[in-house]
Amino acid sequence: MMAFYFSRLVEIFPFFLKGLWMTTQIAFISLVSCTLLGFFLGIFRSGRNVFLKRIIGVYVSFVRGTPFVVQIFIIFFILPDWGIQLKAFPAALLAMAIMGSAFICEIVSGGIESISRGQWEAAASSGLTLSQQLRLVIVPQAMRVILPPLVGQYVLLIKDTSVVSVIGVMELTRVGWVTVVRIPEGLMVFSLVGILYFVISYPLILLSNYLERRMAL
Amino acid sequence: MLADFNFRIIFEYLPLFLQGLQSTFLISIVSLMLALATGIIACACRLSHLKLIKFPAIAYIELMRSTPLLVQIYFLYFGLPTLGIRIPEIQTGILALMLNSGAYIAEIIRAGISSVDTGQLEAGVSSGLNYFQRMRFIVLPQALGVTVPPLLGQAIVLVKDSALLSLISVMELTRCGQTMTSERFMPSEAFFTVAFFYMCIYFCLKALADWSQKKLIFREAF
Repeated sequence: MMAFYFSRLVEIFPFFLKGLWMTTQIAFISLVSCTLLGFFLGIFRSGRNVFLKRIIGVYVSFVRGTPFVVQIFIIFFILPDWGIQLKAFPAALLAMAIMGSAFICEIVSGGIESISRGQWEAAASSGLTLSQQLRLVIVPQAMRVILPPLVGQYVLLIKDTSVVSVIGVMELTRVGWVTVVRIPEGLMVFSLVGILYFVISYPLILLSNYLERRMAL
Repeated sequence: MLADFNFRIIFEYLPLFLQGLQSTFLISIVSLMLALATGIIACACRLSHLKLIKFPAIAYIELMRSTPLLVQIYFLYFGLPTLGIRIPEIQTGILALMLNSGAYIAEIIRAGISSVDTGQLEAGVSSGLNYFQRMRFIVLPQALGVTVPPLLGQAIVLVKDSALLSLISVMELTRCGQTMTSERFMPSEAFFTVAFFYMCIYFCLKALADWSQKKLIFREAF
């Protein structure tokens, strides 16, 4: 029986590759958007505008304080009540962007705050504008602190794309879930799913470990 | 929008939510305790010099860290019955949370132990302390300060991860929100209430984590 199911699994392997492609797409798009949004928010979070800081703080603690599934349900079921209809795929991307950017925001603002005031003052007295100070002096130094946890966060984000399967996006976990109904070999099917996730996330884990060693002061 | 937010229905369903909160709480506590035990054992194996113990521990930790929790939950949920093991969903869920968090906790403890300078251990050896005395009097008092804040962080993650158990129909907080949505179709009331309860747990644990972090700085100053 095992061998029979195994051959069936080999037969529908392209289906899994499709799921993997979908997962990669979601992961890639959300990594890029989370990074951009996260840096943007993080810079304001460590800035001087108290009002903005508070608002971002509330946003971050809302996102960090609730499970990602609940956030997905809120976006997918509640936005239609407010007149915004989203298909599953854009809703998934939106949920990922909101969740990831809050975590990256904290990493970035932590990194920027680790830079001493003297650097800001030196940059200001060299006549740089605020954006130049950030771009040329502060952020390059902060990257040393930001980079290792950022890559670690990327791994978490890739793994969190599996949760998106609850609203019916046909990504890797969903493919496994659909397959296990036809091929009742849970161990085999989800081992395959696990291996495919391993293939994309393990290189990033190794990169994160390397950066942690490399960037240690 | 929020103008027609129905508070009456929330009060009607409050007993259900409180029950859900209680079960989320219990699931989290039980799996956290089991995960701590797993983490300590895995970390001890990871630091061992015996390759026969060391490599399985590394494989376990890396495997758990590189696959999503949801896949692990489904793996156990769909996989255990094929092995002839039939246990209730809630135990499957706790097992998954335990194995997943155990791997992260093992890494947290390892970071804590390796944060202690080797010179101190050498000093311990030359003072004639044996292994357990070195652990008890030199390593642990220092490592605990570095370990406790991230452990509380992991506790926060664990509470949030327990929401995924709703997908294998364990009756916890998120599942209560789903139940209410399917009975009354009021998703905003249901899920904002669920979010509110999770936020309550989060703020308590966060306050505890911040407090322990402050304690850590205090200890280092002396």
